[in-house]
Amino acid sequence: MNTTIVTKRPRWQQQLRYKLQHGDRLWKLLLLLASISVVVLVLWIAWRLWDQSALSRHQFGWAFISPWAPSSWNPALDKFQAWPSIYGSLITSIIALLLAVPFSVGIAIFLAELAPPVLRAPLNYMVEMLAAVPSVVYGLWGIYVFLPLVVVPLGNALAATGGQLPLLGGLLKGPMPVSGLSRLGAALILTIMITPTIAAVSRDVLLAIPRSQREASLALGATQWETIWQVLIPYGLSGILGAVILGLGRAIGETMAVTMVIGNTTGGGNSILRPGYTMASIIANEFAEAVSDMHASALIEVGVVLFVVTLLLNALARWLVWSVNRKTMGS
Amino acid sequence: MQKDIFAQVDLPRVYRRRQLVNSVMLGLTGLFLVLAIIPLIWITVYVIIKGGHYINLDFFIHLPRPMGTSGGGVLQAIEGSFVMVIIASVIAIPPALLAAFYLVTAPNTPLATAVRFSTDLLAGIPSIVIGLFIYAIVVVTQKHYSALAGGIALSTIMLPVIIRSAEEMLKLVPRELREGALALGSPEWKAALRVMLPAAAEGILTGIMLSIARATGETAPLLFTALGNDNYEIGNMIRQGVRHHQSVLAILGQILDQPADALPLTLWKYAQQPYPERVQQAWAVALVLLLFVLTLNILARFWLSHRRRQLGE
Amino acid sequence: MTLTVKMETKELSVFYKSFQAIHAVSMPMYENKVTAIIGPSGCGKSTFLRALNRMNDLVPGSRVTGEVILDGGNIYDQGKDVVEVRRRVGMVFQRPNPFPMSIYDNVAFGPRLYGLRKKALLDELVEKSLRGAALWDEVKDKLSQSGMALSGGQQQRLCIARAIAIQPEVILMDEPASALDPVATLRIEELIGTMKQWFTIVIVTHNMQQAARISDYTAFLLMNEERAGELIEFSGTEALFTRPKDKRTEDYITGRFG
Repeated sequence: MNTTIVTKRPRWQQQLRYKLQHGDRLWKLLLLLASISVVVLVLWIAWRLWDQSALSRHQFGWAFISPWAPSSWNPALDKFQAWPSIYGSLITSIIALLLAVPFSVGIAIFLAELAPPVLRAPLNYMVEMLAAVPSVVYGLWGIYVFLPLVVVPLGNALAATGGQLPLLGGLLKGPMPVSGLSRLGAALILTIMITPTIAAVSRDVLLAIPRSQREASLALGATQWETIWQVLIPYGLSGILGAVILGLGRAIGETMAVTMVIGNTTGGGNSILRPGYTMASIIANEFAEAVSDMHASALIEVGVVLFVVTLLLNALARWLVWSVNRKTMGS
Repeated sequence: MQKDIFAQVDLPRVYRRRQLVNSVMLGLTGLFLVLAIIPLIWITVYVIIKGGHYINLDFFIHLPRPMGTSGGGVLQAIEGSFVMVIIASVIAIPPALLAAFYLVTAPNTPLATAVRFSTDLLAGIPSIVIGLFIYAIVVVTQKHYSALAGGIALSTIMLPVIIRSAEEMLKLVPRELREGALALGSPEWKAALRVMLPAAAEGILTGIMLSIARATGETAPLLFTALGNDNYEIGNMIRQGVRHHQSVLAILGQILDQPADALPLTLWKYAQQPYPERVQQAWAVALVLLLFVLTLNILARFWLSHRRRQLGE
Repeated sequence: MTLTVKMETKELSVFYKSFQAIHAVSMPMYENKVTAIIGPSGCGKSTFLRALNRMNDLVPGSRVTGEVILDGGNIYDQGKDVVEVRRRVGMVFQRPNPFPMSIYDNVAFGPRLYGLRKKALLDELVEKSLRGAALWDEVKDKLSQSGMALSGGQQQRLCIARAIAIQPEVILMDEPASALDPVATLRIEELIGTMKQWFTIVIVTHNMQQAARISDYTAFLLMNEERAGELIEFSGTEALFTRPKDKRTEDYITGRFG
């Protein structure tokens, strides 16, 4: 039977067909390889950093990141302890977050619920643009415009008032440097930089809430604000929380603008009015000129800490946004 | 049902209070938006005024003069940025598109989930950490800083941006289009490249534009990969190569192998120098960078919303 | 019991931008009676209903002419507080839309808006409202559970309880049973029968049997040539379904179109 099959197509067409189908296998292989390489890349980053920080990890152990270990960052003696820069990252990011969240949520509400249709598109553009301005440009503007005009007077005022308080006083202890280079400057620049990120994600969360929720509330006689505050915000809360955590991740990882305005010193005590370091800025500032293998390794270990923190924050944020999406689809 | 329960409340007073709260809070959200937009306008206007003042033709066609003297330009940074963004695009775009194709053709496999998660993580890793990583795998191996290392670092930044946008755009391609092609007996790869890619091309291109805008503005990953180089000039390298009868490949190798400068890198270095000429040039660089990045962003978003509207109707 | 007009529309027209959705509808809604609004889909039943508590205000570009008289006052009068209107005229929607909060908080949401804060009063009101919506016995032991966890029919009754908790005088229902199964639908219909002793009820339905079963008065709406909804006939339900005066009503209720 087999030998009697008549081939209807010319031989070259059969060959082409075979080759094309063969091509499909190659295609699938390529897709698979590309996808696997993305996953591998992330693992590779983690492993490489971990591996390169071995020297520092073995030398300093957990004391490296401990708030209670005696702080020292001394390339001459090869003694490193990262807490001051971790503290710098935390304090600047937390202040930025506290300031940015009310702003961002307000902006998200305005964009999602209130903006007249004519204004909506241009306003959305502006918020997106704010997120697109390169970090170094923020830094340049920060050094020459924002620090002298805003941060220095504000810092002086804080030192004069809050610095005298018994409890908060330590955080607001002057004197404010005349240049304005300080943790406060970094925190305020970060506020400006993360506000559009949080606002844009929160806006999308609000827009995804079904109309029936708004109607239910308004039909009960709620005002627009009551509807927003008592129905929409609770409904989208986990999504907005996700947006906030995303913003926190961005603040902690932000490098250039912070490096340019924070003053870059491992001293500075706890006061936000003093210069300091963040994890990202100490790497940016010192790595290219690392004086020893131990110095480089310690900086890479700071990178590991940064990696782990942002990884956790991102995973948490994704999970929150994902859970709110699921809820929205379910109803 | 008795109807007097609200008699216990002074309703008109409650109404007045609620309306007041309503107006105040709604007004506040608008005020917040205005306050947030002020920095954008402030930065843009300031950079345009300051930078516009110092920008001239020399700025685009000359290399930097020695410190402390005026004049000169940032040609090396423009060329370096250009070269590294090209390297990054060449490295990042093909695998990113392939991964995006994988995500739309096999959306629910464990690998797809892993790819999405990795993409999100990659986008969330601070760019300075990416810089450390590329230093460790490229610079340490090569034993010197190079445009290639900078380009690879930027490609790592671009990769997740492209994967995400390409996946989103490919998902918008009607299912029937792909299935139609497959039903006609065309192989999978042909359906993908000849049918899906053209259908989603505009959207994918805008995604690539956005990723290029992002990469062009990045400084942190270049700090210890490209390092910076005041004398990075492609024209010179080509002339030198031709004079010494080098092959095209060797010249190209030179271009990739040298430490390179980039616009944001130059801005960063100049901004912190005590020479006023350098600071002025930093403003000019900021202007070029800002205009480039914002223009790409506006174009991409405008194109995208236009395209979305077309698809929506 | 004498018949009083609780609510009344006079030449009510609704526009969306240049499109007219409702054309000059005048009809009464009697106190403690159920008035049903029927008509083919797209004839503007829901739009008409939403004009009765100014929910159309939310749609950009919407405009209303004519009057909606509630106890002698036009709800569209200048200076009339829309919040006050919506307290007096409650609404239940097509799909159950409880808030993602506890059953108790769902019901207490409205009263709290109006300044009722005392725990004892709220407790009493929540119980009374849930009883009024025939839901109390099913949920009295799980008041702190999420309202979203209830079945569809229970959710809709929760929404009814939420609406009556602010003690409105009129309740508007927009096809309240269309998303429910037959058993749940029956319960809602029974509930409407008991609720009318306390409230004036206006219900939109595309189900003529339902209108015939539960309403005292029926209005039939139909699109005119410009696709705007017009009132074709209004009369007692029994009269409308047995002796329609208009040919088009007869065609509709005998199933010849729509």
